[in-house]
Amino acid sequence: MPKDHGIGASQKRREDVRFLTGRGRYTDDINLPGQAYVAFVRSQVAHGILKGVDTSAAEASPGVLRVFTGKDFEGVGGLPCGWQVTDRFGQPMQEPAHPVLAQGKVRHVGEIIAAVVAETYEQARDAAEKVVPDIEELPAVVDMRAALADDAPKVHDDLKNNLCYDWGFVEENREAVDEAIRNAPHVTTLELVNNRLVPNAMEPRVAIGDYNPGTDESTLYTTSQNPHVIRLLMGAFVLGIPEHKLRVVAPDVGGGFGSKIFHYAEEAFCTFAARQLKRPVKWTAQRWESFMSDAHGRDHVTKIELALDKEGNFLAVRTETLANLGAYLSTFAPSVPTWLHGTLMAGNYKTPLIYVNVKAVFTNTVPVDAYRGAGRPEATYQLERVIDKAARELGMDPIEIRRKNFITEFPYQTPVALVYDTGNYHCTMDKLIEIADLDGFEARRKASEEKGLLRGLGVNCYIEACGIAPSNLVGQLGARAGLYESATVRVNATGGVVVMTGAHSHGQGHETTFPQVIAEMIGIDESMVEIVHGDTANTPMGMGTYGSRSIAVGGAAMVRAAEKVIAKATKIAAHLMEAAPEDIELKGGEFIVKGTDKRIAWGDVCLAAYVPHNYPLEELEPGLEETAFYDPANFTFPAGAYACEVEVDPETGKVTIDRFAAADDFGNVINPMIVDGQVHGGLGQGIGQALLEGCVYDENGQLLTGSYMDYAMPRASNLPFFTVDHSCKTPCTHNPLGVKGCGEAGAIGSPPAVVNAVIDALHRAGHTHVTHIDMPLTPARVWQAIHG
Amino acid sequence: MAQVSMTVNGKPVTGEVEGRTLLVDFLRNGLGLTGTHVGCDTSQCGACVVHVDGRAVKSCTMLALEAEGAEVKTIEGMANPDGSLSVIQQAFQDHHGLQCGFCTPGMVMSAAALLAENPKPTEAEIRHYLDGNLCRCTGYHNIVKAILAASGQDVSIAAE
Ligand code: FES
Ligand code: FES
Repeated sequence: MPKDHGIGASQKRREDVRFLTGRGRYTDDINLPGQAYVAFVRSQVAHGILKGVDTSAAEASPGVLRVFTGKDFEGVGGLPCGWQVTDRFGQPMQEPAHPVLAQGKVRHVGEIIAAVVAETYEQARDAAEKVVPDIEELPAVVDMRAALADDAPKVHDDLKNNLCYDWGFVEENREAVDEAIRNAPHVTTLELVNNRLVPNAMEPRVAIGDYNPGTDESTLYTTSQNPHVIRLLMGAFVLGIPEHKLRVVAPDVGGGFGSKIFHYAEEAFCTFAARQLKRPVKWTAQRWESFMSDAHGRDHVTKIELALDKEGNFLAVRTETLANLGAYLSTFAPSVPTWLHGTLMAGNYKTPLIYVNVKAVFTNTVPVDAYRGAGRPEATYQLERVIDKAARELGMDPIEIRRKNFITEFPYQTPVALVYDTGNYHCTMDKLIEIADLDGFEARRKASEEKGLLRGLGVNCYIEACGIAPSNLVGQLGARAGLYESATVRVNATGGVVVMTGAHSHGQGHETTFPQVIAEMIGIDESMVEIVHGDTANTPMGMGTYGSRSIAVGGAAMVRAAEKVIAKATKIAAHLMEAAPEDIELKGGEFIVKGTDKRIAWGDVCLAAYVPHNYPLEELEPGLEETAFYDPANFTFPAGAYACEVEVDPETGKVTIDRFAAADDFGNVINPMIVDGQVHGGLGQGIGQALLEGCVYDENGQLLTGSYMDYAMPRASNLPFFTVDHSCKTPCTHNPLGVKGCGEAGAIGSPPAVVNAVIDALHRAGHTHVTHIDMPLTPARVWQAIHG
Repeated sequence: MAQVSMTVNGKPVTGEVEGRTLLVDFLRNGLGLTGTHVGCDTSQCGACVVHVDGRAVKSCTMLALEAEGAEVKTIEGMANPDGSLSVIQQAFQDHHGLQCGFCTPGMVMSAAALLAENPKPTEAEIRHYLDGNLCRCTGYHNIVKAILAASGQDVSIAAE
């Protein structure tokens, strides 16, 4: 019988009721009395000298309160970067200034040149059209290789060139890897592009700044995955507002996928303008603005070489990547192509020697930062594609070559710094073969053939590193933030529990899963537990939700705080029952003196804590509330094996995903229904990357895919029902729940499966000249590959 | 400014709008019915779907003035009269057909229009019908499953 409550139960989500009845409270649903509206004037050219901005007509436009330009932000800080990468030569990365409003130059289409604040939204937009920027256009750098040429125009005139950093990892292995590749019996080489993506959370970003001159307090309502991080970055680095005078609220947030981690100019602007105008100032992005101002994802160009012996054992991996960072450093951008990418190049395999080189490049495009998976999809894609190619070259089965190289003993020290604490890759592969019904493939292939379609099968593995930690280690790697999480567990006098977490839910379902853990620990019903998140005024300093870290880090902090609460409550129970605390256990919502029938209910102990009449006041403070900060000892390492079956129409090149199966090991699972949903969503995005999505700039830096007319989002008819399983469980060894995180797995593991499947389909049909097609695998690209 | 009157979720309403005011803006800002969302500016995401005289309409593609005299139904009007979730809403909760909830009002309104037209749609028909509704969170799996379930059909083809 599946459990119906506590850890492991597929409880229905309590947050659904408000979302299903239109009672959610998203940032754009908030309207403050006296609110003014801002419309931003954004650059239409990718690169140019901003000689001036004529705001006179806009200022005279009806309802306009004020027009701001870069001049108003002289003396205000720039948007800070939260991660400093050190290059191969021990030098810090080149770090350009990142102004809130353009200063002197524009560097990408969409950069903010001016901001018009007016009484109404329509008035602000009408007036914004009357702002005339005077821009002397410069040649744009868009292509990364061109950006690195000696005579390339510089995105930032005060930097040496367009190279942010040249990173080598592990630099000491470089020569040994070169040597191994030189001497290897077989080397498989693959050049590939990890296509640029636009995150496209369905809720566009919104910011509302508010200011109370009577108390000198500022409040920012914003669509954020991490309100405390925004408060720290904006308060300390941009606007100089101390944290006790600044509150950041991220209410219901309509999806993030990374794009709502970062501190954006619009947030700082609305907070700043509200202080200037002494009125609330609201901005709601239109979708076209999202396309040219939300940080993009991926955009790597890579050459990977895999050295093998004749039996297919991996000897060495060498990769060279150009990573596009766009025009400015977004909040965590430098970490993505480096520490979140290079460290994953061992994958699930015991490759002894690995060297990763990444050159990160400035271009006249929107900044690029973490997007669902962040670095790990880029690592997985190249590794799992080159393994497939190697198997084909050596005439080996793609599953067998993987199994042969699996890491099987844990803990395992990879040559790229990580220590995998636990895993069982054969288990997920066995499970995959079963749930994907790989034995039935041949029959399905024949059936497709009869319809004139080419069926292919792609299989691959992935490993991900979640919950980046510990803080002292990531500090050495260049992080300018800690990576702990926090929770306060407040027990009310009648036994109800409120958990205030620094994590943030924007679809993940914390309000349902976190209470399941507390209910299990105390033995009370979930309905007695409430989760508070998303407001710096009533939650402890936390780092928020991204990188699949909420349950592994935030959940662990909550467990630690709850343990403290239970320890104190046990002492109170001991006093009330005149027993020793060691003799008392908490079970099913009751404190029981072991081996006796003496017991006292949870609620009675809580009441005693707040009405301390019969209470050991000399030993214990009244009240029942504890806070914990949890800094993990290591990452967690979810892993799995995925299989995709496609049908390719040779007449048109159209690829249809017919079946997709995912076998994951997430360690322990709190709510299986929610975990399945997380995998489904990740698969949707990964398949979208593989088949449909691609952000395209022309050579002048114009964004050609700036709306849903041009950027192909996955739709229901592009996707099949998925088969997912997470019954292989190797619990994380170092966090109290044994959980690993599941939010990004689908997006990491699925792109190579799709591409492997298409290449397989073409090979089975005799098109053996096709060894690779770059994503997205549009009909045109596939058709050209067949006929090329 | 012009006056507009319509019936929204069974209640007569009147408001002042500009000629260019979209129905969605009137619902959200004029009436405070913020359950209907705006996710795009090209009429493609479907977060804004409402029913106008019984038909599913993207309320970002219609002027408020065009709805003069119409019967409009939004997500706020979808629950049963006693406040409990309707069959479709309940199926979305039962089958985890929503995550962040932003696309959800549009999905529910589209699903209701589909089932009114076609009470037992196939999986393919559901997927096709939802082409105008984007969801970035769910991969659509549980949305399609929820709609199958709401129509009283077997959902075992959508294993997990
Ligand atoms: S807001 Fe109406 S379709 Fe996107
Ligand atoms: S549930 Fe988030 S967009 Fe659909």
